[in-house]
Parts: sequence; C-alpha cells; structure tokens
Amino acid sequence: MQKFNVLTAIAAPLPMVNVDTDMIIPKQFLRTIKRTGLGKSLFFEMRFNADGSEKPDFVLNKPAYRNAQILISDENFGCGSSREHAPWALNDFGIRAVIAPSFADIFHGNCFKNGMTPIVLPKDQVQQLMQRTSDYPDQPITVDLEKQEVRAGNLVFAFEIDAFRRHCLLNGLDDIGLTLQHKDDIDGYEAQLKQTQPWQFT
Amino acid sequence: MTNKPRTLYEKIWDAHVLKKHEDGTCVIYIDRHLVHEVTSPQAFEGLRLAGRKVRRPDATLAVADHNVPTSDRALGITEEESRIQIETLETNVKEAGIQYFGMNDKRQGIVHIIGPEQGLTQPGMTIVCGDSHTSTHGAFGALAFGIGTSEVEHVLATQTLLLKPAKTMRIAVEGTLPIGVTAKDMILAIIGHIGTAGGTGYVVEFAGSAVRALSMEGRMTMCNMSIEGGARAGLVAPDDTTFKYVKGRPMAPKNGDWDKAVAYWRTLPSDDGAVYDKEIVLKAEDIAPQVTWGTSPQDVIAITDVVPNPADIADEGQRTAVARALDYMGLTPGTKMTDIILDKVFIGSCTNARIEDLREVAKIVGNKKVAKGIYAMVVPGSGLVKEMAEAEGIAQILKDAGFDWREPGCSMCLGMNEDRLSPGERCASTSNRNFEGRQGYKGRTHLLSPAMAAAAAITGRLTDVRTFS
Ligand code: SF4
Repeated sequence: MQKFNVLTAIAAPLPMVNVDTDMIIPKQFLRTIKRTGLGKSLFFEMRFNADGSEKPDFVLNKPAYRNAQILISDENFGCGSSREHAPWALNDFGIRAVIAPSFADIFHGNCFKNGMTPIVLPKDQVQQLMQRTSDYPDQPITVDLEKQEVRAGNLVFAFEIDAFRRHCLLNGLDDIGLTLQHKDDIDGYEAQLKQTQPWQFT
Repeated sequence: MTNKPRTLYEKIWDAHVLKKHEDGTCVIYIDRHLVHEVTSPQAFEGLRLAGRKVRRPDATLAVADHNVPTSDRALGITEEESRIQIETLETNVKEAGIQYFGMNDKRQGIVHIIGPEQGLTQPGMTIVCGDSHTSTHGAFGALAFGIGTSEVEHVLATQTLLLKPAKTMRIAVEGTLPIGVTAKDMILAIIGHIGTAGGTGYVVEFAGSAVRALSMEGRMTMCNMSIEGGARAGLVAPDDTTFKYVKGRPMAPKNGDWDKAVAYWRTLPSDDGAVYDKEIVLKAEDIAPQVTWGTSPQDVIAITDVVPNPADIADEGQRTAVARALDYMGLTPGTKMTDIILDKVFIGSCTNARIEDLREVAKIVGNKKVAKGIYAMVVPGSGLVKEMAEAEGIAQILKDAGFDWREPGCSMCLGMNEDRLSPGERCASTSNRNFEGRQGYKGRTHLLSPAMAAAAAITGRLTDVRTFS
C-alpha cells in the first residue's frame, strides 16, 4: 500500500453537505473490474455536461484546482453506497486526503485501505480552510500525518486519528498481511466454533 | 467476564472477538460472507496477486444481482462491460469453490433477499457483504454490515475483519401502527427524525412493541435502511417470529442442531438493564405514510404535508442543500405532496421486493388499472419470490393492471443495467436512495412504501393510501 506521511498540495474547496458516493462516482462506472482508471469519471455529473464538455463552475475544473490533491468538504462526506470505487476514483484523480467535519463510516474506512487520509476537523476550522483555499487558490496547504496537523498559511489545526490506522498509513502496511500473523488464533477460534455451533459448518 | 448486563450487539461482538490489540482494534471473526459482481472483482484480483486463497468458501455465497438484465434472460447480457463483470465473478467463484446462484438459477436474486430466503442469515452471526445494505440481515439479530472491496479481500483471505466496537443506540417505536402505515414509513420517519448522519458510529437496535409486531419482512425493511440513517448496522432481537422464519430453509440448522441453535439464539436479546449510548422513543400512532421530497432520505415528510420552503431554514448549509434539492427535483415550495404528478413507479429493491411487499401491492391494486401515461414496473427480489407471486396469482393481478412484471435483480434501484429514469422523469420508488442521479441521470425519485407506490401507480400521482379506494 502507498505510504502517507506529509502532503503539501493544492486543496480544492467543495462546500456541500452529504456528498454521497453516487456523486463521487456514478453507477455507470462500476462495471469495471479494475481499481484504476476511474479518475476521469470522478464527480462525473457535477463535472461534465451531457455533451461531455466540462462545467466550468465545478471546482476541479477551475484552472487553479485542476491538480488538487486535497479536497475540503462539509458534513457526512462519502455517505451512501459502500463502493470503494469512490476512494479509488479520488485517488486515481490524485486526491490523497479529504478534510471534512464528519465522514460516513464505510467511506472513512475505505480511504485508509488505499493509502488515503480522511481528516476530521471541527466545522469552524473546516470553514476557515475553505475560505483560505478559495482566497488563495494557488497556495498549497499541508497535511502532516506525522505531526497530526493541517497547515495553511498561518492556520495550524491539530487533528485526531486512529493510532493503528495512522501507523499503517505511515508505514504503508497491508491489513491482510498483519491479520495473517494471527493465523493460529483464527484456526483456534474456528476449531472451537465447530464444537459450539456445528450447524455453521454443514 | 463480568455479569454486567449486555446489549444484543455487545453479546454478538464479544462472541466474535478473537484477538484484541492494545489500542482497542479487534480481530473479529466473520461467519457469513455474501459476494456480488460489482464490489468483488478487485478483491479476487488482489488475492491472486498476493498468492492467497479463500479461507472459507463454505461460508461464502455469491450471486449476480446489480448488473443483470431484468428482461428476458434468454437473450444474455448485451452490454459488454456488464457481461465481463458477471463472467469475472463466475470465474472467480469457480476457482475458489464458492457456491454461486447463476443468472438462470431460480434462487438468484438481490443478495440481501436471498441470504434470508436460503436460511443463510441466522441470529447471532456476523455477516458481511461488499454492499451497504447488508444491514438488512440485522433483522434476524445478526450483526451485519457493508464493507469496501479491500475488506472483501480481507474477509476472503482471513475470514476476519479489523474493527473497533461501535456505539449503541436503541430506537424504540411503541404502540400500534395506524392502518396503511408500514415498516417502510416507520424507518423513513426515523431517518427524518435522526438525519442521514444521526446514526454514524452507532449500531442501532430497533425495539418497542411496534417493531416486535412486525413480520420478518418488515423488520428487514427497517434494518435495510439503517445505513440511510448513517448507522452501519441495524438490529432486531431474535424471537419466535425470527425462528419460525428461519426454520426449514435450505441453509438453516437441521435436526438435532436446530434445538441447540434456538437455545443459543434465545440468549441473545439485550439483558434487562443493559445500557445504550443513546435511546430514542417514538410513538407508532404519530407516524403517517411517508414520502421523500428531496435528494436525501432525510428529506422526508408525511404525505399530507407540503414541499418545504428553504427560506424557513436557519442553518445556511442546510438551506443551500434544500434549495439545491428542490431545484433538482423540480418542485416549488408549498406544493401539496399529493399534487405531485409521476412518470414512473418502481416496485422493487432489497428494501421492498419480498413476497409480503408484493402481496400488499396486489391487495391495493385489486382490479384497478395503472394510470394512463404511467410506466409501472415490478421487479421481484428473487426468482423464488417471483415464482411464489406467480403461484399466488399476484403476478396476474399486476400484469392485468398494466404493470411490467420483470426478472429479479437490483434493476432501477440503482440503474446499473438498462432499467433507469430519463432526465427529468419523476418516479415513486420503493427503494432506499433518492440521491441525485441514483435511478438515472437527472432522474427524480420519491421514496415510499409498497402500498403507497401501488396507490400512486393507479392514480398517477403521489397518493395517501389511507384515503385511496
Ligand atoms: S437493490 Fe439497490 S440497494 Fe439493494 S443491493 Fe441492489 S442496488 Fe443495493
């Protein structure tokens, strides 16, 4: 898995509540059997007109934000469908961190599995970051996972993050490999389950 | 272990922790894993690349549902990417030795309908699937939740997940539901009450006399939409209604095991004095038939209400969201919900495409006809539901009324196959999501119960089923 340590990049403000995963990547792109290639369809309906031309008002179509690697949005980001295609699409576009006052659970978890960092900050701090990145579109901001802070000009905001997930991100660790170290425990649990709930195994 | 009273959730959780890390992250054993074509190909590919095997193919069941055509199956799948995706699933499950219900198997259907139908879903189990509506299975008192594709791969390889315990919420609905008000109205009212993020971080247990009185189908409808309230899982304590439903199904415990299983299941309901992080009580008598006006399931009101006015909302973020939703939905504030004219009616999805739902629809439809200009479709949740509905004469009633009677699948719930709304079309739908574009680009969705959808199909507009005759 790709490591995440310190990212200094352009941040795009998307001031919308309840950005759902259908918006992030609509169903017509879920027919793929690959994890890559979804970036061009990210936010498809918000980003493109029916004829395929770009909607100039959408934040990621504005010249200053085209190469954004950080997204700042509002409450309940990533709600709805569990599709991991949503973080894949963001990642493929180049977005490696999302900052919001709150995230939906499944999306939040999915980010970590793809070397992406979802950052929860209080609403007023998120507002300030949105304001700053609107006022100074070409000035990068920094997401520092090691120090657990977001820095933008003179704004410095500390954030909390699950210690285990942070450790995995910093070291690029793959969950499956870690879990397989407990193979004996899994074997033992299963052996016992066979005794107590034999009907599960028929 | 102390004798502290525990909730149903805590009991299931404790029984599945096989390792606890210092920071509180637990390795949780997963009893059952459901797999479908859309969220699994990358997981199988990951396994292959790492040289890993599926640990328990016997605990895994696969089906194609999201992307299958619901028209004549004999024609195969014309859309190439869809076909490749389903063929990929077939190759993957064959290689791993996983049981699979193919497109022409009558047990095929929506993944959350077939699990319970086959008796795979049982109380006390942990059940996952790469799909957010896995919460449906919580109706049996199983801890069931949706996962992403990386976690699908994790479960395939290890039969476990890394998780931290959730907070617990108890939502009790007390009293008796008024005539014409159903489980769907209850859950929509709850979402309207707590909001789409109200349940984030919680596992919600639905309780109270109105929930206890529900059939398994009704409980599934409620748990199905827990995720729309932000909760990853919903639960209903198992009881005799549950056991009766499970008994005798193909994958249910058999013979001597049955009594042992039931004895265990009876220990699961929350203990007296168990403490929840949050409790909410609603009165069943206060709930009217619900319908959504916007583009989030929390945008819901009683059918007797009017379209809300953004100007009445103080919070700026919410006001903008409501204005945007009304613009998308093409609605004017103050319009009576019952004045909203429809183009389509969709009866289907893992929320409401079980046999009981279709019986309810047929009862309302009777010998009436679908309104002129309305296209109304019924997509049964599984091949077995379809077969039952045909045997009971329900299919005939609906066909005679002018409904399009389809093959099972997710269909226009998400419009991944060719069943979808055209831009601007307005649809009354028994599904669970009214997001922008969910049922088709620029399509407009009003969520409601099967009974309400049936009435709407007959009148051609949103209709209060209580005054419909
Ligand atoms: S019916 Fe709809 S909500 Fe249910 S699994 Fe299919 S797409 Fe998802």
